[in-house]
Amino acid sequence: MKLISMIPVAAVGGLLLFAAKDFPEWGAVDSPASQSPVSSHFISHTGVDTEVPNMVTAVLADYRGFDTMFETVVVFIAGVAVLAILRGSGRRGSQKREFEVDAEPDLIVTNTVRLIVPVIQIFAFYVLAHGHVSPGGGFQGGVAMGASFILVALAWDLEVALERFSISRCMVVASLGIVIYGGIGFLSMILGGEFLDYAELEKVLPVSREMARYHAMLGVEIGVGFTVSAIMFALYANLSSEGRLKGGL
Amino acid sequence: MMGQELFNTFILILLVVAALSALRIRDLLSSAVVFGVYSFLMCLLWAEMGAVDVAFTEATVGAGVSTVVFVATIFNLKRKSSD
Repeated sequence: MKLISMIPVAAVGGLLLFAAKDFPEWGAVDSPASQSPVSSHFISHTGVDTEVPNMVTAVLADYRGFDTMFETVVVFIAGVAVLAILRGSGRRGSQKREFEVDAEPDLIVTNTVRLIVPVIQIFAFYVLAHGHVSPGGGFQGGVAMGASFILVALAWDLEVALERFSISRCMVVASLGIVIYGGIGFLSMILGGEFLDYAELEKVLPVSREMARYHAMLGVEIGVGFTVSAIMFALYANLSSEGRLKGGL
Repeated sequence: MMGQELFNTFILILLVVAALSALRIRDLLSSAVVFGVYSFLMCLLWAEMGAVDVAFTEATVGAGVSTVVFVATIFNLKRKSSD
């Protein structure tokens, strides 16, 4: 059986290697991606349209803002799905798992975590707020923020982390993120533009059309960061405890 | 340019080694950790190609949180290795 399955695997692998030969060189000027009018439009217009130096953020949050909004919704739905499956599995309050021991949290580990968690969180805020200018943005900042809470849960146990960021608060923050993103979209609609047409926000912000897009991008990135950080922590909290939300890993 | 080629080749060889060992290793926990190594090598490749945003995401999500989620899930499994 293993030998039979090896044949299609080898065939498909060989086919892929054969096709990979036809890929354009890395950074080639005549590759389809470089020749499409969309790429050159983004390269020449991003700085003028939005005043954002980091083109990747501008494409993600502004030109393709609709796409990013539903990416955020996908993250939210994934978190809600894990919550729904694990909470209803009927295994809550079941007996202690074999690896669970009543040990004091390690002194060295907890003190190290105490020192680095604030640094991680400040870095997460920096990544989020600086996403226009340097690499980063809502997703990366949100994941770093969620990771800092996961670190607390790993060093002490889940209760200590949940005291600071309970699951119900996670869900509120996660939904709030999507509300912020969609709210900015609807606000630009109310102000006379199209959905997520941030330039219309100049009517409520004391800035030019370009800077309105710049600041609205920060707004939607904050929304994405809210959702991602809350969902990352909720995912970990539920997966590591089978939805019982207690005990350490 | 030469150093870049050398770096790429080195990382790509390590990448294949990591991918194969993640499949071959019997212990699921070690497999998850090797998978994290794979993500980190991918992150190095992205950064080297100038896609720093993608590298950043790969480092935080791929090497960081998804490894932790794998480990958290493996700890809740009854059967921890595939022997």
